[in-house]
Amino acid sequence: MTDWHDIGALSDIPQLGSRIVKSAQGDIAVFRAADDAVFALSDSCPHRGGPLSQGIVHGHRVTCPLHNWVLELESGAAIAPDVGCARKYPVRVDGGRVLLQLVSVTDSSSV
Amino acid sequence: MKEKLVLIGNGMAGMRTIEELLAIAPDKYDITVFGAEPHGNYNRIMLSPVLAGEKTIAEIMINDLDWYAKNNVRLHAGKEVVEIHRTRREVRTADGTVEHYDRLLLATGSNPFILPVPGNQLPGVIGFRDIKDVETMLAAAQPGRHAVVIGGGLLGLEAANGLMKHGMQCTVVHLGDVLMERQLDPVAAGLLRASLEERGMRFLLGAQTAAILGEDKVRGVRFKDGLEVPADLVVMAVGIRPNTDLAKQAGIHTERGIVVNDTMQTYDPRVYAVGECVQHRGICYGLVAPLWEQAKVCANHLAQFGIGRYQGSVTSTKLKVTGIDLFSAGNFNGSADCEEIVLRDPARGVYKKLVVRDNRIQGAVMYGDTVDGAWYFQLLREGTDISDFRETVLFGHAHMADAGREGSSVMSMSDDAEICGCNGVCKGTIVKAITEKKLFTLDDVRAHTKASASCGSCTGLVEQILAATVGTIGKTPAEKPMCKCTEHSHDVVRTAIRERHLTSLRAVFDTLDWKTPDGCHSCRPALNYYLIATWPGEAQDDQRSRFINERVHANIQKDGTYSVVPRMWGGLTTPDELRAIADVADKYQIPTVKVTGGQRIDLLGVKKDDLPRVWADLNAAGMVSGHAYGKSLRTVKTCVGSDWCRFGTQDSTGLGVKLEKMTWGSWTPHKFKMAVSGCPRNCAEATIKDFGVICVDSGYELHVGGNGGIKIRGTDLLCKLATEEEVKEFCGAFMQLYREEARYLERTAPWIERVGLSYVKSKIVEDEEGRKALYARFLASQQFAQIDPWAERASGGVDAHEFEPLAAIN
Repeated sequence: MTDWHDIGALSDIPQLGSRIVKSAQGDIAVFRAADDAVFALSDSCPHRGGPLSQGIVHGHRVTCPLHNWVLELESGAAIAPDVGCARKYPVRVDGGRVLLQLVSVTDSSSV
Repeated sequence: MKEKLVLIGNGMAGMRTIEELLAIAPDKYDITVFGAEPHGNYNRIMLSPVLAGEKTIAEIMINDLDWYAKNNVRLHAGKEVVEIHRTRREVRTADGTVEHYDRLLLATGSNPFILPVPGNQLPGVIGFRDIKDVETMLAAAQPGRHAVVIGGGLLGLEAANGLMKHGMQCTVVHLGDVLMERQLDPVAAGLLRASLEERGMRFLLGAQTAAILGEDKVRGVRFKDGLEVPADLVVMAVGIRPNTDLAKQAGIHTERGIVVNDTMQTYDPRVYAVGECVQHRGICYGLVAPLWEQAKVCANHLAQFGIGRYQGSVTSTKLKVTGIDLFSAGNFNGSADCEEIVLRDPARGVYKKLVVRDNRIQGAVMYGDTVDGAWYFQLLREGTDISDFRETVLFGHAHMADAGREGSSVMSMSDDAEICGCNGVCKGTIVKAITEKKLFTLDDVRAHTKASASCGSCTGLVEQILAATVGTIGKTPAEKPMCKCTEHSHDVVRTAIRERHLTSLRAVFDTLDWKTPDGCHSCRPALNYYLIATWPGEAQDDQRSRFINERVHANIQKDGTYSVVPRMWGGLTTPDELRAIADVADKYQIPTVKVTGGQRIDLLGVKKDDLPRVWADLNAAGMVSGHAYGKSLRTVKTCVGSDWCRFGTQDSTGLGVKLEKMTWGSWTPHKFKMAVSGCPRNCAEATIKDFGVICVDSGYELHVGGNGGIKIRGTDLLCKLATEEEVKEFCGAFMQLYREEARYLERTAPWIERVGLSYVKSKIVEDEEGRKALYARFLASQQFAQIDPWAERASGGVDAHEFEPLAAIN
């Protein structure tokens, strides 16, 4: 089992916003929704590699800033009829701290 | 346990409602459908092509039996419901099948009206309504035999045309003097009649049917004046009557049709009704577009979304009779207080008439050339003032020298013609997607084909393809919802923000019943703009609702780096500024330095983390943000003017600097560009800017509404002024009018085309008091806007989280 990394306080990420975590696997975008749900995806849109961390967050979705693809934050999957999936990382909040696991998981539905 | 929904009537309106319902609430109901005909659901409008042998029954099926199975909809085809028991909430069919319901939907359609004359029951006398009628006609159709079609409306003419194709001799009998009087004026009807007579169709106008002759089958028709015509087949097409028998029997209030409210409910709120059987606000509709709108509203209500209301439809008819294109809409016969604008070209077989009152289109009839029907219908529905283009309106849309719109001959383009240049989508691909995937809205087409999903310049073309392919005309922009999060249009939302004093996104979402918890990437930036433009200093500028470029004050590039453009007032710079820019480019290893079209220097490829330090260095040299990234005042381009140029008439550079100092930092619905040229040679290209000034010896000409972007549009001349002070006042007032009234992402060019130049003149030139008030509001809002966003972030620590990673892990 890979370690959970403490990457900062929940309050360091603005609501409906995102921050980047630099890692050996590339940049990871950590999102915080209006309801304080936290998600982590590879900071690269499956379409043309746009930085998802720079997109507008709405509900549990993010819109890529380059060509307006909309992705589900929960799974990383693009909203139909667009097809594609951003890599998803396990993330959770514990006592106001955000914890991230580096191992990458991919939804079986999105392969 | 799911609630049970029962639909009576397996026709177009009822099944459309079910399809809409399944799309938004697929699991809400257990659905049962009763249809009197032994088929799936078919497109009744296409019966005429079937009769004419152009299509087969299979081709006009909308939902075949497989569809019902796949969607878990139980279909009782060929079972006629004979009783509704409302207290027990049950329906019973002729064969004794009983079904319970929680909600009931009546879509019983209409019946052809059969004239009450002797002999009307004889074999060989039929209506023209369903597949069975078509089969009867096809069986009777033999070359040389005679058919009499009673009724010279659309249906009657199509029946006669179909029968003639099978070699029958056809006589069309009409009570009035004008064929298709519900769609055509006497002139167009006369042209149509002449053309049909040329093809061998015979007409008896002003003829009243007295009796159908024959013993065991029909052999002729006798009229009031004693004339007898032989007939082997008589088709009654004198109109339809809403089929209300079942509703009446169940004690549901009916008049001409089943009376419904704006949510398509009958007087029994568990019972809904849609389609031709319905009477809404006193009107029964027989065209397809209103039925679609009713179906959508009804489905929304059944799904308990409770947001849509049906408020009646203004209808237009676009049809083809035997290859002749016809179009009509609104009050096309006019009245005493109306004027008519008419174009008539017998050699080309073209006739167009617009009925106009107070420079607004009340109705339209077109014969032979109908490509502009959709445009006239839009002008009619939006009540557009046509005085600015009245002299050319009849020549059509393509004739107008306008930017935001396209000529209307899209359907004559070949299938491989490229419609969307950004995404490389051809016309054939769009048509195929619309028909195969049953798309009905522009959003659907964008999602599935990407056509018009990028720069949007082909939106008009895509809408025309959609209208022509689906056969209906969508909502006009004024009524279109802002996005999928709301039913409200831009204009409605904006009015609410102003009149109800809404100052935050939350207040807008709550007051206007937003469907999503926090909007989407489309509505949030628009709302944020409306809020800060309406309540400057009071509404909070929500950074999370701004596109990334406006949030980090630089332009995102394809690789995720940014470009930085410092402001150079009026395009002027100094050796010190240039040195500072060169130093910044070296220090941060900026790969590309480019001169822009707006007379600025663009530093491309800046890493996001470097932005605050780049800005700090530029700030230190006295430079501020150029706002090259925003829906805001961009640049004021100038020529050198009277200071240097031997032709210059005024100090164009100086005036440009003054205008830029006054307007920088202002947020606008879309980007806003200006220019000042020092003489009519116009080296600063002021006539393709949102606001342009051309200096002349006696003063300043103001030009508005130009752009050189997607579709070039030259400016319109607003007025001529004598002093620089006046130019500043008019400029501020014009920008403020645009800021207050244009829709988000609408540039000045399409905005002026929408509201009309005369409207803008009435506000800016003719109304001095109003202009001064606009100018004052502009200056007042500038107090809150003229803060350099770079300095705030470079040294003020604003939004530091935007530029620093949260953490780094290995």
